[in-house]
Amino acid sequence: MSILIYAESSDGKFKKVAFELASYGKKVAESLGTTVTAVTVNANNVSELSKYGVDKVLKVTNDKLSAFNAKAYADVIKQAAQKEGTKLVLLSSTTDSLYLAPLVAVGLSAGYASNVVGLPVSTSPFQVKRNAFSNKAFNITEIATDVKVLGLAKNSYGVFENMGSASEEDFSPALNDADFNIKTESVDKTAGKLTIADAEVVVSGGRGLKGPENWGLIEDLASALGAATACSKPVSDLGWRPHSEHVGQTGKPVATNLYVAVGISGAIQHIAGINASKVKLVINSDAEAPFFKVADYGVVGDAFEIVPKLTEKIKEFKANNA
Amino acid sequence: MKILVCISHVPDTTSKINFTNGDAEFDTNGVQFVINPNDEFGLTRAVWFQEQQGANVTVVNVGAADTEATLRKALAIGANEAIRVNATPTDGFFVAKQLAEVVKNGGYDLVICGKESLDYNGGMVPGMLAALTGANFVNSCIGLTVDGSNVKATREIDGGKETLSTSLPLIVGGQKGLVEEKDLRIPNMRGIMTARTKALQVLEPVSADQTTKAVKFEKPAAKGPVKLFTVDNLDELVNALHNEAKVI
Repeated sequence: MSILIYAESSDGKFKKVAFELASYGKKVAESLGTTVTAVTVNANNVSELSKYGVDKVLKVTNDKLSAFNAKAYADVIKQAAQKEGTKLVLLSSTTDSLYLAPLVAVGLSAGYASNVVGLPVSTSPFQVKRNAFSNKAFNITEIATDVKVLGLAKNSYGVFENMGSASEEDFSPALNDADFNIKTESVDKTAGKLTIADAEVVVSGGRGLKGPENWGLIEDLASALGAATACSKPVSDLGWRPHSEHVGQTGKPVATNLYVAVGISGAIQHIAGINASKVKLVINSDAEAPFFKVADYGVVGDAFEIVPKLTEKIKEFKANNA
Repeated sequence: MKILVCISHVPDTTSKINFTNGDAEFDTNGVQFVINPNDEFGLTRAVWFQEQQGANVTVVNVGAADTEATLRKALAIGANEAIRVNATPTDGFFVAKQLAEVVKNGGYDLVICGKESLDYNGGMVPGMLAALTGANFVNSCIGLTVDGSNVKATREIDGGKETLSTSLPLIVGGQKGLVEEKDLRIPNMRGIMTARTKALQVLEPVSADQTTKAVKFEKPAAKGPVKLFTVDNLDELVNALHNEAKVI
């Protein structure tokens, strides 16, 4: 009856979302009077999960699963849920988890709610609040099925320590050969660079920066803040920055603690993609830029003057508060 | 190659989002509906396969009669024929179930959906369709080529992309990158004229369990006005980010 979470890892190391999901799972389990079981795939140091309230870890180690495979991973999660008699499966909102969640839901004949923010509104009937209409509204969804699958929106709950001890069990689900009809040929990932998905702060640049040669400004501010860098759609369309950095409705969604927009006017499609961020700081020379309407903090003026100065101030602050 | 492109009929991005009937329903009053942007990239890619590789492209929507204008637009962009499953969708699973029936009866080799719709943002239809049909499945797809029954697909991952090889039949959850935005097709007059005479078949739905239900909607709390700083008081900004917003 335990809640099952899929604790995602990359190269054996847990992603931050795994700890957020464990924290969330613990809280939900407490309200339901049950425990949290985590299933892991080729993860090291699974005991780390006990710090965030996980009571039991089903540890899957299998070379066939060394590359992500949505169907095979979904099957592993399904079998773990069946083994535990789980009624509630929790997943995060990484690209991989969004890929496998609907497969898990159909496999378990479960109702699935994605983009969930906050704890369930009610557990009987089971209702959750989720983001909809590109963050312009919330939707209360009721899940009617016996088994339920939830996808927790990124950075919507937080990481909370809840020290306990977790039992560990090796788990060897049967794998279906047909799931491997899809093969990973190559992975193209910038090594060692903080991704938009993992970052707590994102610094994003727009056309106001006048050209790719000025991106040092964005990178310096990002590095002072420990942030990932991003850009607006015109910037990626112009080829100043790679498409992987484009955020907005047709680009990557951003749901960070702090989103800093430099020289971005704030087209509605851009706002739709970043609106889930908690705090927005906008730096723009045009006081009438629409972005200021949705911003929490703003600086009106020349980015070429403001950004280097702000970078220095942040560095100073960090040095004094280290 | 027979391609099915699943089209979601969604409010235009610039629409005001309001609710009616005690906040239980989306208020369609004055709302302009469009082809879901993620689906539009897939449709354009499908039309490319039609022109370059002789594919036949069918578009499908699960919706009431008022969604036919969106299907006609898809025909004007270049799809050969259209299907409307005559039902107001209750949830993503319901839609996936209807689509699975269309796929089964139509013998499609490639099904392209958008990875998510911009109204409910469920992101579940392509995956559920893959699970129901047993076809291969690539989500967040940003590149797709087909040679015979061999497929090379690129998918977006957190922090980069990866290349996959697989085979037909295949379900794709697509997005920008399948084609570039500048290559999206806008219907021309000839397309609009021929779209009027293309076949639009209406099918009755199959039964499906309702797994989830949208009970109510809420709008986010109104946000306070922006706090403005100047280049001369950035210390105060840093202070506010630390003490007030608590983000640094």
